[in-house]
Amino acid sequence: MSILTEQFKRSLAIAEKNIKIYYLKGPVIIFGLIFPLFLALAYTIGRNISLKEFLPGLIGMTTFFTATAVGPSIVPWETRSKTLEKLLCCPILIWTVIFGDMLSSFIFGLIISVIPLTLTLFLGIQPINFAMLFLGLIIANLCFSALSVLLSAYPPTDIPATSLMLSSLVKFPLVFISGVFIPVEQLPPWGIVISSISPLTYFTDMVRQLFLKRGFYPLALDFLALIAFTAAFAFSAIKLHEKTLTKRLS
Amino acid sequence: MEHAIAVQELTKRYGDVTAVDHISFEVKEGEIFGFLGPNGAGKTTTIRILTGLIKPDGGKAFVAGYDILKNPIEAKQHTGVVPEVSNAYVDLTAWENLALTGKLYGMPSQKIRENATNLLKEFGLYEVKDKLVRTFSKGMKQRLLLCMALINDPEVLFLDEPTSGLDVESTRLLREKITQYNKDGKTIFLSTHNMEEANQLCHRIAIINHGQIAAIDTPESLRAQAMELQYIEVAFDKIVNIQEFSKSPSIIKAVPAGNKVRIYTADPPTVIEFLVEYAKKNSLRIISLNTMMPSLEDVFLKLIRRKEVIIQ
Repeated sequence: MSILTEQFKRSLAIAEKNIKIYYLKGPVIIFGLIFPLFLALAYTIGRNISLKEFLPGLIGMTTFFTATAVGPSIVPWETRSKTLEKLLCCPILIWTVIFGDMLSSFIFGLIISVIPLTLTLFLGIQPINFAMLFLGLIIANLCFSALSVLLSAYPPTDIPATSLMLSSLVKFPLVFISGVFIPVEQLPPWGIVISSISPLTYFTDMVRQLFLKRGFYPLALDFLALIAFTAAFAFSAIKLHEKTLTKRLS
Repeated sequence: MEHAIAVQELTKRYGDVTAVDHISFEVKEGEIFGFLGPNGAGKTTTIRILTGLIKPDGGKAFVAGYDILKNPIEAKQHTGVVPEVSNAYVDLTAWENLALTGKLYGMPSQKIRENATNLLKEFGLYEVKDKLVRTFSKGMKQRLLLCMALINDPEVLFLDEPTSGLDVESTRLLREKITQYNKDGKTIFLSTHNMEEANQLCHRIAIINHGQIAAIDTPESLRAQAMELQYIEVAFDKIVNIQEFSKSPSIIKAVPAGNKVRIYTADPPTVIEFLVEYAKKNSLRIISLNTMMPSLEDVFLKLIRRKEVIIQ
């Protein structure tokens, strides 16, 4: 069995461990379920637009918040509970740990983000291509999970609340510049430039195209951008964690 | 493979501080090798390098025949580790902790079940295998950590202060198990503050201070290096003037110790003869007389102090 396959299996074991331990932690429930729910309610209630119109923003926001809820807290938590050193003593590579953390964050995001999507279908609102939408949802969840694990790399703190707070400082501005509340095409030129640096922009744009048949970027570019962001976030997360993980041991 | 662990000129620096300074040593297969040193001496840094957690700035280290820098996964695959500051996952059960560790070592499910069952029974944790670890006492958690380190049946076991802060019963059990697993062929690298533990368990001991190896030898040979630290404790039926003991050239130093006199010497037979003669001459009776060999702690302190004087 190749080392890659073997390490991938060990990543699955790490993801399974994370699911058992972290899914029911208070901050994960708050940031991954309660927060997006209330944000969605605040976003929808009292707005004089159809469900189909605000659906892309709603799905984008829900996916973004849920997929980034677990990742930032795992490594600080492991540092604090003094389980990190024991974990790293096992025959696993840094990317094995990072991928396991990404995977658990991804599964949480995917399960929760499927709920508004199912609700949409139940209400009779159909995307033009369901398979493509689901594929986009998977890539977006992977991308946001990688971002969340990257956000846990620095500073090398052992306080999960610090990591969650700092990740919120990144996440909230991203929601406002990513076409969730205002579609990208309605943004001023400088707003379009800023929104292009957010991976969430491409996901909301993709969902908007798949439901409303209108978007700012070509659909292929949305997919490519999300894949590129995923690779960049995952690579950066591995490199940054490689530098900071040992600092957490002292 | 002759050496379970081989370290050559290993060096690790943190900024201006050299935590490990060109150390070299070998641990033979089937040996219990003690690693002693005061806080900040470089023990944990050395263990972290040998267990692949941190990279050294220089030197080489081989564990179970594998270069820990070039082949960390292969080396780790043959080792079990109980780090100094570590914990099992308290939100998982004892069984889940063992299963997780087994999976991280790439073990087949059947082998994990078999080894986990045997280890939990052996360490008295089988009855509580399905309880969350957060309900365990410190001794139970430490026993579980040792089970986790043994799940893959490692060739080399690294134990960093394994009995620190444990109750007497758990300490005794862990020491028994360390001896037993060594008899079964495992090489054990034991870092400890406890001199008595090192004396009881280890075949050889390395003393590290300021990142450098001060001495490596068997406990007996280390004690022999400090023969001037052996002493005689004598009690007379009357109070004596200890200044008079300076008349004997064999006596290095005499100090009062309660109702006794402690006499440091490199030549106990001559001093005993002197004391008997002294008692006769002064019409004294010797109530008790004991010859005390230097303890490992004496040797340790002597080596550490010598090093500090050199540094100053």
